Amino acid sequence: MIYSLILRVAVRLLVPLLLLFAMFMMLRGHNLPGGGFVGGLVAASAFVLYALAAGVTRAREVLYVDPQTLLGLGLACAYGAGLLALALGKPFLTGLWLHPHLPLIGDFHLGSALLFDLGVMLVVVGTVLLMVFSVEDRLPGLVEE
Amino acid sequence: MLFAVLGIFLGAALSPLVVRVSRQAAGWILGLLPLGVFVFFARQLPAIAHGETVRQSVPWLPSFNTPLSFYLDGLSLLFALLVTGIGTLIVVYAGGYLQHHEQLGRFYVQLLSFMGAMLGLVLADNIFVFFIFFELTSLTSYLLIGFYHSEEESRVAARKALVVTGGGGLALLGGLLLLGQVTGTLEFSQMLSMGATVQSHPYYLAIFILVCAGAFTKSAQFPFHFWLPAAMAGPTPVSAYLHSATMVKAGVFLLARLSPVLGGTAVWEGTLGIVGGFTMLMSAWLALRYTDLKQILAYTTVMVLGLLTMLLGVGGEEAITAMVTFTVVHALYKGGLFMMAGSVDHETGTRNVRELGGLREAMPWTMAGAVATGLSMAGIPPLFGFIGKEMTYEAALHAESFGMLLLGVSVLSNVALVGAGLVVGLKPFIGERKGAFTREPHEAPVSMWLGPLVLGVLGLAFGVYPALIDHSLLQAAQTGILQESHELHLALWHGFSPALMASLVTFALGFAVYAAWETIQESGGMAALGTAFGEVPGRVFERGLYGLARFSQGITTLFQNGRFRWYLFAIFTSLIVLVGGGLAFEAQLGWPTFEGEVAYYEAALAGLIVLSAIVAVRTQGRFIAILALSVGGYGVALIYLLFGAPDLAMTQFAIETLTLILLVIVIIHLPGIEGEDSLGVQVRDGAVALGCGALYTIIMSTIVDVPLDRRVSEYLAGNSYTEALGHNVVNVILVDFRGIDTMGEITVLTIAALGVYVLMRMPRRIAHEKEPEEEAEENETAD
Repeated sequence: MIYSLILRVAVRLLVPLLLLFAMFMMLRGHNLPGGGFVGGLVAASAFVLYALAAGVTRAREVLYVDPQTLLGLGLACAYGAGLLALALGKPFLTGLWLHPHLPLIGDFHLGSALLFDLGVMLVVVGTVLLMVFSVEDRLPGLVEE
Repeated sequence: MLFAVLGIFLGAALSPLVVRVSRQAAGWILGLLPLGVFVFFARQLPAIAHGETVRQSVPWLPSFNTPLSFYLDGLSLLFALLVTGIGTLIVVYAGGYLQHHEQLGRFYVQLLSFMGAMLGLVLADNIFVFFIFFELTSLTSYLLIGFYHSEEESRVAARKALVVTGGGGLALLGGLLLLGQVTGTLEFSQMLSMGATVQSHPYYLAIFILVCAGAFTKSAQFPFHFWLPAAMAGPTPVSAYLHSATMVKAGVFLLARLSPVLGGTAVWEGTLGIVGGFTMLMSAWLALRYTDLKQILAYTTVMVLGLLTMLLGVGGEEAITAMVTFTVVHALYKGGLFMMAGSVDHETGTRNVRELGGLREAMPWTMAGAVATGLSMAGIPPLFGFIGKEMTYEAALHAESFGMLLLGVSVLSNVALVGAGLVVGLKPFIGERKGAFTREPHEAPVSMWLGPLVLGVLGLAFGVYPALIDHSLLQAAQTGILQESHELHLALWHGFSPALMASLVTFALGFAVYAAWETIQESGGMAALGTAFGEVPGRVFERGLYGLARFSQGITTLFQNGRFRWYLFAIFTSLIVLVGGGLAFEAQLGWPTFEGEVAYYEAALAGLIVLSAIVAVRTQGRFIAILALSVGGYGVALIYLLFGAPDLAMTQFAIETLTLILLVIVIIHLPGIEGEDSLGVQVRDGAVALGCGALYTIIMSTIVDVPLDRRVSEYLAGNSYTEALGHNVVNVILVDFRGIDTMGEITVLTIAALGVYVLMRMPRRIAHEKEPEEEAEENETAD
């Protein structure tokens, strides 16, 4: 943990923004620069930043689930997106699309690619955080006092 | 047929439930399953005996041209009946034998899975289906042999069996693939008529060798025979079923199945004849060396497998008649004798023949089964074994070449077999009752003497009245192997033929062997034989395996010594040598001509990157080095941005930031860079670094010099919205066009993360040396 008032205050503002930004990156990735990978990295940075400012214990609490769970969940999303196509009798990983119309939002495309990208994002977040948190557990005092 | 195979697997899945409901009756209840399948196949017999064949095909993997196809002809019917019929008795038997074992449920799962695999193997038409079941028998038998997994002997034996049969399976896969390529079909049933095509093809020899490697390892032919006697470490029902009646015959079955395709050539006759004949002779006499009932039986199993292989090699009507007859003969008596050996062991506490004797009063029913099967093994009339032996001699006499040699080898082997049959089937029950049993001998439960008795009675019935099966089942099986129909007629009495003379000689010598067994067993010659063929091959194998482990350990400690610097050195040096060498020999190097002006900010950026690299190398502080590296990284990201790759740039920025944070976290705890390295080390590292840089410069310039083939990019750009509804081509490639690559990458990422997690939990000293690795992984996976 780094005792820095500036960092602490900044993190309060930055973490929600970064997480929001990560979701934004992930969601818009299909049409504009972005995607699950970048989104995952940004989200992971948010948590790492938080761990630097508030300590790993606190960061773990905020994350709520173990990083390993994120890994599993992410893989499940990605493989699930592939298997969904298989279950509908199409080749593995065929993109599936719905074209719903919602009030206020209008027409949009909702595809299994989004689920897949969400999986990528979760795996990236899980990987980074698992590594950072393990190093932290291993060498207490780096960030934690 | 599909339902028969699947049904048995389903039964395997349900068996723990059955055991939980009733431990006592589990064997009887589960036995109904193979019995039902047996009845199903028995009902096919009339049609098959008329020369019909049944083929069933269910779509399975259409993209690999692999349906789940089954083919029922005489040959597969014969084996299917053996697998399910003897299987029924074994399942019942195991219920008694392992009744008090706490893992009876697990045992049944493995046993029935094995049965399903074996049934699938003999019925399979598609070569891949066949191969899958073939390997499945290796796997399930590995579990079964190692069932007593707390004992080292079992584990060693199981590993031996798995490595030998699994290795052979790999060779077999190669052979089958070649066969599929040559014939243009993946179905056995279509290959059967293509013998001439295959045999004149240049690949014939390769196919033959690979198929033989698979069959000989599975069917324990010399020099691979050693795994089978060792496999006796498994529970006795397993030995009775797998290592006598079924699995070991998979290799023989394979040769029989493919004999119309591969058989009849000089190399086929020579190889199978010599290997089979030698295996037969060697193991028949080796059987007399041992005193453990199961060990004796194991070697006689190897003997019979040698005999069957030899007969397939000889080929022709008589030899195949003998082969199918002996297959049945052997399955009946060997299954029975093994069960008997288990019962005796179970009820007296020993399997040592020399300690056994006079059990006739204590175990009358077991004795009845044992004597009937033992005499059949010895080939005493009127048991079925006698006919089997006669047919063997007939085959040898009718062989086109080397007939007398074959006869001599057969007689010599059968002499030993007579002796062994009497030792196993008769000796424990007659004579003086020996004391010193650890348990008071008493009769085994019904479930355990029923099997030997049924098999013994069948042996007697078939012997007295061979018309029960000769014209129907055996003839159909023979037709399946020869692909042409012959009248098959068996009889006890053949008249005063040369074969009968040979039989009489066999009996005379065989009884002599039995009478002198204890002397023979202790003789020096036997000891030498036992060492040379009984122990040495297995020991050589174990030593080889050990050597292999040592070798890989040596390689591992050489390359993975825990020093990060060495890792980098090794990786980059091999990169330079391999890629650079490849470029020097293969590629046309090029140097692109640059067009257009270099903008001032581009030049400044390049200068900044170079500067940061120099600082990183020259600085004495770790912290400064890391910052300098990051500057370089951000500079590269900016270049991406300037040249129109925003996705890449974003990723690079994110990665760079995270790496920086991670490095800072770790670096706080590392000592500063202490002093200068010696000049030699500096020169070495400098050379590697410069080499790498030069290599990448050359690669990049060569790539850029080649005119870009835009077809792929245009296709992707053109179709990204129409096919995948996305405007961002990069992301569409990641999640859709090449989604499966991404899937692989995130899987690797997960594994790497778990690896770091585990490393960090290891004892401190080891973990400490590995720490810098994770950044490398982080960087690698991000690229």
